[in-house]
Amino acid sequence: MMRLEAKFKWLPTPLRSLLLFMVWLLLNNSVSAGHIVLATILAIVIPWMTSPFRTKQPLLIKPGLAFRHLMLVLYDIITANVQVAILILGPNKKLTPGFVKVPLDLTHSMPITILASTVSLTPGTVSAEVYPWQESLMEGEEPEQRFLLIHVLNLTDEEALIKTIKQRYEAPLKEIFQC
Amino acid sequence: MTEWIISILLLIGGTFVLVGSIGLVKMPDFFMRLHGPTKATTLGMASLLTAAMVFFSTTQAGLSVKEILISLFLLLTAPISAYMMIKSAIHHKLDSIERTQGKDNIEDDC
Repeated sequence: MMRLEAKFKWLPTPLRSLLLFMVWLLLNNSVSAGHIVLATILAIVIPWMTSPFRTKQPLLIKPGLAFRHLMLVLYDIITANVQVAILILGPNKKLTPGFVKVPLDLTHSMPITILASTVSLTPGTVSAEVYPWQESLMEGEEPEQRFLLIHVLNLTDEEALIKTIKQRYEAPLKEIFQC
Repeated sequence: MTEWIISILLLIGGTFVLVGSIGLVKMPDFFMRLHGPTKATTLGMASLLTAAMVFFSTTQAGLSVKEILISLFLLLTAPISAYMMIKSAIHHKLDSIERTQGKDNIEDDC
């Protein structure tokens, strides 16, 4: 099941706390005792103070799978770079750009943001828009079906592209957040 | 040996950043131009930063890990800035070249 609330009230977002801790130590480039204490305090106090301002987002439930997905995305970024470099250096006339609408199964804004960012960083695609417009919805209304509009640098097979995005990037996200 | 590694990383990084910039100049319309800087440049910067990390870790005392942070922030901000730019481009109804497919997938926003 999807979880919106964390286990402990005093630690609303455990992963963000971990990230803050790491970032503080990396910024200072040291692991001395003083910095570890300060990082711990910051990692607990900042999420605790800012959590009332945030809208509730689904929590990461399967960290192991999330790590594997991250590795896959990093690998894809490297191959994407080579592919796009080849496309860029090739003749412009051969490119067939296009807009594609991908139906989404995800409903919460955070998983959709992550999906849009991975789509932007991976082969030949940049995410452009999420439909329906947030402004066109009534307060608290949930749309039946969301779409992600993406711009493709070289569109050859629309069906195959939609299938790849849904299977390769969306399915793991659905499992990680269990939504 | 480390000098070789650093040089190769710098070369790879420089090449990718250059290719990204070439894409920026060469592509015919705004939407296609956006592809170069969002992707090619990310890997280029990552290589350059790895080179910096190797250089400072070997020539100075202690490990240098700040570059990991820079890569992390770059990875976070590149797709977001691309998204903001393409969103405003769609809002302003910028022209895309003739052969762009699926233009009717863009919905009107007024």
